[in-house]
Amino acid sequence: MLARVIGAGVAGLCAAYALAQKGVDVEIVEREASPGLGCSRFAGGMIAPWCELESAEPLVATLGEEALGFWSHEIGVATVAGSLVVAPQRERAELADFACRTSHFETLDAKGVAALEPDLAGRFETALFFAEEAHLDPRAALVALTERLACMPNVTLYLQQDAAQLATAPDWTIDCRGFAARDALSGLRGVKGEMLILRSEEISLSRPVRMLHPRRPVYLVPRGEGLFMVGATMIENEERARVTARSVVELVNSAFAIHPAFAEAEIIEMGSDLRPAFPDNLPRLLKRDRALYINGLYRHGFLLAPALARRAAEVVVNDEYFPEVMDAHSDQRAIAGRPRDHAAVAAAGTGV
Amino acid sequence: MTDPVRLYDVALSSRLLLGTARYPSPAILAEAIRASGCEIVTVSLRREAGGARAGEAFWSLIRDIGVRVLPNTAGCRTAKEAIATAQMAREVFATDWIKLEVIGEEDTLQPDVFGLVEAARALADDGFKVFPYTTDDLVVAERLLDAGCRVLMPWAAPIGSGRGVNDVFALRALRAHFPDTPLIVDAGLGAPSHAALVMEMGYDAVLLNTAVSRAGDPVLMARAFALAIEAGRAGFLAEPMTPRDMAEPSTPVIGRPFDRLA
Repeated sequence: MLARVIGAGVAGLCAAYALAQKGVDVEIVEREASPGLGCSRFAGGMIAPWCELESAEPLVATLGEEALGFWSHEIGVATVAGSLVVAPQRERAELADFACRTSHFETLDAKGVAALEPDLAGRFETALFFAEEAHLDPRAALVALTERLACMPNVTLYLQQDAAQLATAPDWTIDCRGFAARDALSGLRGVKGEMLILRSEEISLSRPVRMLHPRRPVYLVPRGEGLFMVGATMIENEERARVTARSVVELVNSAFAIHPAFAEAEIIEMGSDLRPAFPDNLPRLLKRDRALYINGLYRHGFLLAPALARRAAEVVVNDEYFPEVMDAHSDQRAIAGRPRDHAAVAAAGTGV
Repeated sequence: MTDPVRLYDVALSSRLLLGTARYPSPAILAEAIRASGCEIVTVSLRREAGGARAGEAFWSLIRDIGVRVLPNTAGCRTAKEAIATAQMAREVFATDWIKLEVIGEEDTLQPDVFGLVEAARALADDGFKVFPYTTDDLVVAERLLDAGCRVLMPWAAPIGSGRGVNDVFALRALRAHFPDTPLIVDAGLGAPSHAALVMEMGYDAVLLNTAVSRAGDPVLMARAFALAIEAGRAGFLAEPMTPRDMAEPSTPVIGRPFDRLA
């Protein structure tokens, strides 16, 4: 059986890997000169299924848990050092809300924060620590995954190729084009995100730090060698590659609020792209005849791609059916809210 | 429609207006709008427009919900910026309604009332039907009416704070001074009881965003606010009793010839 995966971003490469492991012959077709040049390039790379519960449906956490083992053990590119969530003193209500909506964390006091991240000592009186979460460098991760695929005899990668120009027809087409698949998928929209990469030798962090704020929440992900990814804006427009002055100010300002040393950091890169999302912001596997679309990963590309890839491979090889990602009206996608955990509010100790 | 509210000659049966920002997803936003029965939603344009009106995908999702759109100028800090955003909004949503925000201070998101009056006058002269987001200041309210506004939207507390009514006397004074102007409490409410309170005070409607969008269950909270607003409005129309200092037996006391009067 031959499957042609279109798009070599995180969704496409994970799908190719899952299919190839099941013995399917896989062609990966990418229009760019190398894999991972689409929006995967600008990802935060936080494998944080429980933190994401703050605004995502439980399905995102359920699928996302599968990504922890995949990136940290199977591909071996993720560091499991947890995530730290903090808030400025006057925004402690945000921390209480975050605690209500998430799970798998412990509440730290100032000493606990200092023990985990010495450079943040004295800066935050309380924090939430999600010990089981992980982080990775998206670009390095996709290089590693591409190398893994290159070693598999049943995988071929075609770069700078337009899938429409290929003469032969595969048994299956796996469409992983992200926002570019909008021509085929009604309801798909782009949600703009902007990010920065900063370099500072004055501060070191061992894990992602999320700083909550009602209008401009931000996260910092350490990438090693003094590099930090700062992300990300969420703007409901489809303007791909324009980073605005206001967004840069907000991102830098928030990084500065986490640690003043970032004021003197070097701006290495500014990036912007579109997250592909359906109206419920949940991912979908859409089967149309012998084509399977993997799309709508929204802000959760690295978190959701492994679980979707496994399901896609089961669909192709064993004709399986996964209502939670294949039926837009499945109960498991229920979009109503989640029950609030009042005990967690008390545990967060914010007195709100 | 038994008790409609009239905003610029449009009669509406729902007295709840919803903002569309910061919901977990557009699908949850749509559900919340349906659950609340609201007939007007506000949509921001300034940042979403980008360089080339790139917000069209989200705006068309909003249009498809089928309720009246009140575009807003959230994020504008000068009269000039707000006027330009209003003009773009008129084209994008084919409406002359505009919720006018000119923000003067970043920490409290307090309106710049001087810029607000200036922009309101220019927009009203240009044919816009202006819904100004203002403080509870009486004199500013007068100036906005002079500038051509026929609806006022005073805050209860700073945007997104969820504090409820900060100055109940100021809101009462506004209501008493402008008995015939539709008054909509715009910002700062957090719980349904806050909305019931301002409706009992005779406010005509309530606009909410954060209190619903950031609730644990936005759909259920939208419904809760709708019920509170309906209850508060009915309570206002029903003319509440005047509070008294002493107990007032609800059944007549028989066999006590003299009440203690002092």
